Order: sequence, then structure tokens, then C-alpha cells
Amino acid sequence: MDLPVIEPSPAAAAGCSADSCGATARQVDGLSDAIRARVQDHPCYSEDAHHYFARMHVAVAPACNIQCHYCNRKYDCANESRPGVVSELLTPDQAVRKTLAVAAAIPQMSVLGIAGPGDPLANPERTFETFRQLALKAPDIKLCVSTNGLVLPEYVEELARYNIDHVTITINCVDPEIGARIYPWIFWKNRRVCGREAAAILIGQQQKGLEMLSARGILVKVNSVLIPGVNDAHLPEVSKIVKAKGAFLHNVMPLIAEAGHGTFYGVMGQRSPQPAELKALQDACAGDMNMMRHCRQCRADAVGLLGEDRGAEFTLDRIENMEVDYEAAIVVRAELRAQIAAELAQKRARAHAHAASATPQVIKFQPQGAKPAPAVGRPVLMAVAAKSGLVAVHFGHATEFLVYEASAAGARLVGHRRAASYCAGDETCGDAEAVLAETIRALADCEVVLCSRIGYEPWGQLEAAGIQPNGEYAMQPIEEAVIAVWNEMLAAGRLTVGQPAARRA
Amino acid sequence: MALEIVDSCVNCWACQPLCPQQAIQAATPHFLIDADKCTECSGDFAAPQCASICPIEGAIINELGEALNPPGSLTGIPPARWAAVQAEIAAR
Repeated sequence: MDLPVIEPSPAAAAGCSADSCGATARQVDGLSDAIRARVQDHPCYSEDAHHYFARMHVAVAPACNIQCHYCNRKYDCANESRPGVVSELLTPDQAVRKTLAVAAAIPQMSVLGIAGPGDPLANPERTFETFRQLALKAPDIKLCVSTNGLVLPEYVEELARYNIDHVTITINCVDPEIGARIYPWIFWKNRRVCGREAAAILIGQQQKGLEMLSARGILVKVNSVLIPGVNDAHLPEVSKIVKAKGAFLHNVMPLIAEAGHGTFYGVMGQRSPQPAELKALQDACAGDMNMMRHCRQCRADAVGLLGEDRGAEFTLDRIENMEVDYEAAIVVRAELRAQIAAELAQKRARAHAHAASATPQVIKFQPQGAKPAPAVGRPVLMAVAAKSGLVAVHFGHATEFLVYEASAAGARLVGHRRAASYCAGDETCGDAEAVLAETIRALADCEVVLCSRIGYEPWGQLEAAGIQPNGEYAMQPIEEAVIAVWNEMLAAGRLTVGQPAARRA
Repeated sequence: MALEIVDSCVNCWACQPLCPQQAIQAATPHFLIDADKCTECSGDFAAPQCASICPIEGAIINELGEALNPPGSLTGIPPARWAAVQAEIAAR
């Protein structure tokens, strides 16, 4: 078959010498300018972008060539949001139609990914037919793929041919002993291989694929599932190794394991990690590697901004009746992209100006035995009910909170917490008490919650739980609001190092 | 001598391209094996390809009605444990 060849862009051809390997070019957020330019409209690769840009996954890849203990292949449940779950399997033609319809309806949609529900590269014909058509029909959409890596080496050339600039590999371990506790079997060279042997083959292929992609200048993100007691102590090593082989971003995600999901881990009672465990591990890896903190572990057919799912608006029968003028959509999309890019540039300029006006932090040589200089103000975790990068959501309507760590170094996203919205304004309010208690539990390690507004009742309960509600920064940019609140706490003398938060006193 | 796909099949397509006899066809509610074409891969592979990639225990059976992948063989979940957890969930 004759396939149209898309030349790799000069940026893509520049390879790792220009980006993740050059630590000197690091900017405040840990990414070089060269990489930032390539990820600035990709919500899954850029924390900035995820406030503005949306993604979609098309579920064209049902087959899988391995089994993971956190996955159940009976993947049809509309009420679950986790990887590997879809409601409607699509043919490549249907996937292309859906993508064009969504891109026209949601101009913020910048990225099309194939992530399952099986492994995209175990379905090469369906996956590459979808990419081939989209590269022609929707050249303004970034294409990306997520894989377990087993057959990645044999498809690196083909991925490059369709200008696929972003590949995610799920790498949970580099040690076959640990792998044998995560992967019961793989399908390899016409037979089912089990146990340690299977894990060793999978790990070898993943590492080889990672090296080949890096050599081609394709950006690689590595996903790892944090499984307490299985690979938690091992993941910092994974992080170091994948960084050394050219991955530019590491996304450590918490295991999702519930008996009702029918997975090995769920049924066998393997526990999921606590938010604090996840954060501690991400922090431990962060010294060596850019860590992703804003992943929402979305479905293999998710549509919309991270943290929301508009898939139900674009089911097959609905897109059947949608008129799509993609020529017109391209113009609208380009305008919106330019507008967002300008907004982001402004935001960065403000942040740089702020950093420049602040007293520069100088790390001084400390003679051995000397006491370290006292740091000013302890770090504080704050939860934010956010939309589009602003403190813009009513506490009672928030379905998730972004968690920022504020310190003298600035505001840093460290995670997110799901919440059922406390008040939907209708009969569901009957459960409000239980939902509020659940939300307060999810935010237990935060000292402040920033939202656009908040009701009297939840205000009191949050305060009683030692979490200070704050509605004074409605519609302000998140980072600025978080830093302002931290400075207020500092000025009020509440952040003396060693002094615990009020509720813990 | 032929294998059969039964209704626990989840239509994941993994087996279909592997069959050396092109005996597997996509169908609803589940995929089907053409008994006239199926050779159980004898002469082609050491093990039947469909049953070597199928992720669902019990979804492929032989002419004696025996599952090529019996309960617990793919997930590693002991059948007794599975039954106990299902009963517990049903009781909620």
C-alpha cells in the first residue's frame, strides 16, 4: 500500500540533543523552550495547556496482547472513568467522523489519541488507518498514541511516518521479578508466555521502543501505575532509567482497584495508594525527572477537557446527524489557538516578571557542621475549584479540586482530587451531607480551599475540619491566587517553620 | 476437530487476525469459528492461536466442551476467591 509520507518537522528531527537531555536549558516549570513549543497545546503533556485545551480518545483498538493485573477486559461500563473502559467501539471511518465532529464542536480540542481499550499497536490496521485518514483530513490535530510497548519497536517507523509526535509507554517496572507480579501473561511469537519470562520480554521491548523513539526525536511520556507493596519502592529507579533513555515526562498514577471492577488486584484485595503516598513518590522522583501531576486517568473514549467527559454528546447516532464543515472549523480553531497562546505567553511573562522582582534565591556553600539558614515560611497545600486556569467554580458545584503546594518558591500543582458535586441544586441534595463529608476527607491534607463562592453550611464544616475556605479570589488566575493567600498566611505569622497547621495544633 | 467461541466472548478482535485458516468471523452477540475451517492450528502452530491470545477464561471451548483457558488460568484469581467476592458484592 502506498502511504502519504509526512516529513518530520525540524523540531521533531532535532531529537533529544535539543530538549530533554539538555538540563541547562530548563525553565521554571522544568521543560526546555524547545519541548514547551511542542507540547504547548497538548493537555496531557503540558500542565499549562490542560487548563485550556481538550483531548479526545477514539476507541478503535479493542485487542490486547498482554494482561495487566489492574485491567479487566470486559470493558463496557458507562459509569466508570478509568483507562481501558469504553462504551462504544469504533471502526476507523467512524472514528474519523467522530473526531471531525468533535473538533468542529469543541475548537479547544487539539489532540486525538488512541489509547485502547486494548493496545493500539496490537490493532495496527485499525490504529494506523485512523491516523492515516486524520493526518490528511485534520492536519491541525495532534495525533498521539499510548501503548504497553510489547510490539512498539516494530512500529516506530510507521508512527514517525504519520507525524505522531507524542507516544506514551506504560512502564511499571524494569525488574522482571516485579513484572511477574503485575503481568500474568503476554502473547509473544504465537504463544502465551507467563510469569517472569513474560515480564522480561515485555520490559526488554519497552526499553528498546523507548530508545528507538528517543533516537527519532519523538517525545515520550512514561506512565507508571503506583501499586503499593509491588512497585512503589522500585518506581524512583524506573524514573531514573527512563529519563536516561530519553523520556521527557513521567506520570505516576495511583492504582485503581475495586472488587467490583473484576480485576486481579481488585478481587484479591490489593489496596490503592493514598493521595499522600502518591505525592511523596512523585516528589521522590521529581529530583531526577519532570513529573506529571495533572493526569485524570481518563477513559479510552474520553472527550473534552481533562477532568470532564463529554463523550455522551458524541455517540455514533448523534454524530450521524451532525453537519461538519471542517474547512470553517479549521479557521475557528486556529483563531482560538492563537488567542490561547497569547494568553499563555502573557501569563508566563507575568510569572517571569514576578520571579525577577522577587529576591533571588541564592544557594550558598555551607561549610560542614554549619547550621542551615532558616527557611522562611513552610509549604502549604491548597485545593482549588478551577476552570480554565482560574479560581472559577462554586465549591458546591466542583467535581474535582486541583491541589497546589504554595511555598516561597511559588505555586506548584501537585495533584487533583475527585469530588461528587456537593450541590446539584435538585433532589440529589438529599445526599449533600454524605458528599460533603467525603469531599472534606479527600481534602484532609489541604489547609485552604479556593473557590469562586461557597455556601454557609459547607464553610462552617470546612473550617471545623481545619480547612480555610476562601472565596476572595474568584475569577483570578490560580497561581496568583495561591501565592497571594500564602503571602497573607505568611504575613499573619501562620507559616513559621515547624509550626503545624492550626487544626493539628 | 474444531474449537468454538461461546457467549462470554467480549468481541475484542484479538483472535480474528491470528487464525491461520481465516476461520474466525466477527459477529454479534459474539465472534464465531467456522467449524469446517478450524483445524485447532494443528500443522501451523504448537498451540491454537485464538486460545493463546483470548483474554477471557472459558470463552473458547473444544469439542468436548472443555475450556481451553479454564477459570483462574488467565487472571490468576482463584475461582473460590472470585465466587466469594461476587457473593459479597451481590449481598451489598
